[in-house]
This record gives sequence, structure tokens and C-alpha cells, in this order.
Amino acid sequence: MCLAIPGKIVEISSDNTESALVDVVGVRRRIDLGLLQDDKPAPGDWVLIHVGFAMSKISELDALDQMNTLRALGEIDGAMQEVQGYGLEEPNDAEVH
Amino acid sequence: MRFVDEFREPELISRTAEEILRLAGRDRHYRLMEVCGGHTHAIYRFGLKDILPDNIELIHGPGCPVCVLPMGRIDDGLSIAQRPDVIFAAFGDMMRVPGTQGSPLEHKARGMDVRIVYSPSDALKLARLNPDKQVMFFAIGFETTAPSTALTLMRAKAEGIDNFSVFCNHVTIIPAIRAILDSPDMRLDAFIGPGHVSTVIGCRPYEWIAKDQDKPIVVSGFEPLDMLQSIVMLLRQLKVGEAKVENQYKRVVPWEGNRAALRAMAEVFQLRPYFEWRGLGFISQSALRLNEKYAAWDAEQRFEVPGIRVTDPKAAQCGEVLKGVLKPHQCKLFGRECTPEHPIGALMVSSEGSCAAYHNYEHRKAAMATSLTSIA
Repeated sequence: MCLAIPGKIVEISSDNTESALVDVVGVRRRIDLGLLQDDKPAPGDWVLIHVGFAMSKISELDALDQMNTLRALGEIDGAMQEVQGYGLEEPNDAEVH
Repeated sequence: MRFVDEFREPELISRTAEEILRLAGRDRHYRLMEVCGGHTHAIYRFGLKDILPDNIELIHGPGCPVCVLPMGRIDDGLSIAQRPDVIFAAFGDMMRVPGTQGSPLEHKARGMDVRIVYSPSDALKLARLNPDKQVMFFAIGFETTAPSTALTLMRAKAEGIDNFSVFCNHVTIIPAIRAILDSPDMRLDAFIGPGHVSTVIGCRPYEWIAKDQDKPIVVSGFEPLDMLQSIVMLLRQLKVGEAKVENQYKRVVPWEGNRAALRAMAEVFQLRPYFEWRGLGFISQSALRLNEKYAAWDAEQRFEVPGIRVTDPKAAQCGEVLKGVLKPHQCKLFGRECTPEHPIGALMVSSEGSCAAYHNYEHRKAAMATSLTSIA
């Protein structure tokens, strides 16, 4: 449970700048940016996400490597299921592409 | 090594492995502890043990939050969930962890309202969606996860959501490392430091390990190359008798950590005088609870908590395995009474626990051997 999944910031909410929509290999969900308030990410940036919170900004290359690690660890399905929030996400937050 | 081929720079991986062989030599035995359960899982999954020389021994540390949680805490949390107005929310990792009366999932099967959440903020969302219910989030995790719980509580307070509470089991990694180093039967040479815990706490909190205990520590990433490079960095220090803190995972871990995350933790939590760890016993100042400002959201204050204590079966030798005195398979119960399907000891509970990782790996190795034989 100490692993983190990378996501790309799609959009930062206009009414709450600590909430963002991210894309995690095609799945979108809302995450909390509150832990990055000293170094705020912008749309297009990659972040490492742990339990729904962005933990750190990372490069695109590192994001792809991290995804590869999760895949090789056999954790990708579980991680994706988690990211989709076990059905708790609002439908328009969690559109699957 | 079959997984290693899938990673970038496989040549660099082989060169790093050769460098380890060269540095390790033959005249000395090295005992390295990887503190983090994520590393333990990765070491077995990637088959790193197969490419390390025999005189480098990896000891699996206490960094699996599910594993070190005493069974009594699960019983306490589930006793609150017995109330008809309570929704018990926890991470997926917790769902199969046994209490004396069964796991959260088994309680759900008996009709209790138990929900899996991905995030503490999803638990808060449950509270917003169910204003007539009490949503209790059963929080576990090291410093990787604690800031997210803290920020969720700050949001709950700001929005005045009073049907939400947290049953806090967050623990801190440094006192656990200290407990292991203070143990008289401790025999370790160096540490592979946790990756994601360090994104929050940074590298400074490890300095005493180098200065006072004379043990090198290298904060490491999770890819095979990361871990092999970290082992090279440790061996280089050990060869020349140095002991310092180094950061192999610079692309993610800043030396100073994440100050915003530390601020959130300081706002919400205070240290417990002591806390029980499965396999290690009571460790002082090793866990967090909600402070006075957040007392209204503290499940331990809102509800009556029985304070159940469950002693681990004496035959389970989790403590010895955690300290590296025994290998997982040397425990009397390993693979017989204690299996991932029916865990008795702490380290068999989660896939990040060293016994479960060892069990699954050995199992897979045996299965591979069988399929190879049948092909032949």
C-alpha cells in the first residue's frame, strides 16, 4: 500500500484550486492537491498519487517507469480499481476512455 | 530475473549486478534491511534475491502497516462498527485482515455496513452522502498516508462535517527502526530506506542511524535498477567503513521532504506516548492520534472503545523474523498453520509482509519448476 500511481493533471477546478481532474492511463478521477501547495502543479504536469492525494511532481519519463513498475509488480489492476474509487466517484468524474 | 528484462536499461542492470558481485567479494557477509514493505514485495517479485551473491542477505523490515497493526485494534474498530448507525470505511488492504471475530469483509457478510474506500477523502464523501449515518474511517499507514488523513480531517473541520470520524492507527517509521537497532539480537549492517515515506519526511530524520549507530542508509526507489543501485551505494560505504545517509531516489524524494504534508500532520496529530506493534511489542512515541483541536472527529473519543488486547500466538516468531534473526521459512508455523489464506502472524497478513511475500514467491518458483518439468 506504499506504492503510488502516476497521473497527468487534466484540469484544476476553478472553484477549488486544491482539487484536480487527473488522467491515469485513460481513467479520470478527481484528486486532492493540498499536499503540493508549496509547489503547485499545472495542467499537463505529472504527479505521483497515493490514496487520492498528489504526493510529488514527477517527470513524464518517471511516470511511465512507475507505471511499468506497477505492471511488473502485478499491482496495476488493483491500483486501477482503487483509482476508480470502488464506484464512489461521480459518473462524470470517472469516465473510462 | 525474468521481470528485469522488461525495464529500461537492462544492460545497466547487468552492469550494476556485476558491480555488486565485485564489491561484495567473498570474505564478508552483509546483512541489509529493507525497511519498506513495498521494497520487500518488489524484491521477491523481481527475483532480486536470485541475482545477489549469497553473502548479501536481505532482511525484511517492519514497513508494512497492515502487518504491524495489533489484532486488538481491528477488534476495537469493528466493535464500533457494530452500531447500527455506523458506516465502517477502510482501505482495500484492510478488508481481509483478521480480527478475533473475523475480518472487516466477514463482518460485512454478517450485515454490517463496511465500505472499501480508495482515499480518506472518499470516506469523507461517504459522510456527505449519508448525513443520517456516522462514517468512521479506519486509518492505517506510515507517514506516506498520514498526511492524506490529516488533510481530510482539515477539510471535514472546515466544512463542519460532524458525522465523520477517524479511528487513527497511523504509525511512524523512525521509532520502529530504533526499536530494531536497540534489540540485543540485532545483527544488521545497513538499511535500504523507504521510498515514499521519505517523500514526506525527507532524509534528515535518518541521520542518527548513520551518526549514532554507525549504519549506512540509502533511500531507494522501487524499480530493480533502483534497488540494485542502492545496494551498490551501501556496499561502497561499508567497504570503506563509512556511514552516511544517501538518496538514490532523488527524482521523487527531496532531501527536506514535503513541508506541506508535514504541516498538515502537525496541525492534526500528536504523538501517542506508546503504541503496540505486532511482532515488536510496545514502542514509545511510535504512533499518532488526533490532537485536541480535532477531538470532535476522533472516533476513540466519540465512541466507546473496548481497548481489546490480543496476544499473538507464542509459536509465531514474527518478532525474530522482523529483526532478521530468523528467515520467514524458519518460523515453526510458516506454511503449515500460518499461510496467506489463514494468517496467524503479522507478516503473513499482507502481500507486503515478508512471510507472505516469501510464501508467494516460493510457491510461484515451485509452480514454475513443475511447469518446466512437464514441458521437458
